[in-house]
Amino acid sequence: MDLLNVIWLLLLASGIIAAACNGNIEVVSQAALGAARDAVEVCFNLIGIMALWLGIMKIAEKGGLIRILAYLLNPLLKWLFPSIPAGHPAMGAIVLNLSANMLGLGNAATPFGMKAMQEMQQLNGGSDQASPAMCTFLALNTSCITLIPATIIGIRVSYGSANPTEIVGACIFATCCASVVAVTLDWLFRNLSHSGR
Amino acid sequence: MLAILDTVSRWAIPFLLLTIPIYGFLKRLPVYETFVEGAEEGFYTAVKIIPFLVGMLVAIAVFRASGAMDYVISAIVPLMQKIGAPAEVMPLAVMRPLSGSGALGLATELIRQYGPDSLIGRMASVMQGTTDTTFFVLTVYFGSVGIKRYRYALLTGLSADITGLVASIYICHHLFS
Repeated sequence: MDLLNVIWLLLLASGIIAAACNGNIEVVSQAALGAARDAVEVCFNLIGIMALWLGIMKIAEKGGLIRILAYLLNPLLKWLFPSIPAGHPAMGAIVLNLSANMLGLGNAATPFGMKAMQEMQQLNGGSDQASPAMCTFLALNTSCITLIPATIIGIRVSYGSANPTEIVGACIFATCCASVVAVTLDWLFRNLSHSGR
Repeated sequence: MLAILDTVSRWAIPFLLLTIPIYGFLKRLPVYETFVEGAEEGFYTAVKIIPFLVGMLVAIAVFRASGAMDYVISAIVPLMQKIGAPAEVMPLAVMRPLSGSGALGLATELIRQYGPDSLIGRMASVMQGTTDTTFFVLTVYFGSVGIKRYRYALLTGLSADITGLVASIYICHHLFS
């Protein structure tokens, strides 16, 4: 069974038990209903951004731009994603997503990432289980370097920091550590799960 | 260096919005029709994520609001103090992979309370600028293509988060204290 089922149940059950023990069981329904509403709002806010970028992506894709991008970066990406054929549009979308992430363009990064997932899901034959390529992509994505952590720099400015950007180097160091661990673990898990079959 | 990066990120979106449609036009594509065709997919993708996100955000909200998260935090404080993490930043460390808005709130509060140039303020800044909201990213990305079994992706993501966290604490001590 997937680890996610256990974690989901643990979060939910431990929360309800803790609330019962603390004698404030009423916060459970409040939190649950509020979060359910928030989730829909997050998706609703995504609709416009997704439509904009997937529309632009479609032009790039039909014009062959995504394939060109995928070919150019293939030497770099083929050892990370051995299961994706050379020049496949998935590679192009992956490159766009990771670049947008690095530049801190979160709004554009998500739609590019969705596109990459859709392409990889086609290679995955529509299964409901993650493919190794998807796991590698998400390992890179969640540990990806942001060259300008704009939000936190903004907060530092507003509270009067003498040097708001001094943390950038430290952020890059810490993300590099995280990326190395993510890519290494992903490689290990991928190969272990192959030999285990 | 930072000024260059800042300029690049300010120009990136207008640049893409200009060059891709012009490129498509030169390739003789019906650019507007092609745009709408792609945009339609965007709508369905966003709607498809809803059930996944409801499930995950509800579980995290209950875990947080009930006080269960505080128990977890107080249990790991002694452990983290051994590697030099002040108790004040632990709620942020635990919140970071679970909730983006929650973590941002905590980081802002720490920076406000202790000052952006204090050790705690700097640690909060680096932790916030380093790791991503792993649960949110996995839920949205996998949800958009109907993946329900994540295999080892969650384990990899959380290990990377812990690494980023420990590295943030280490580098802040090294650079700033």
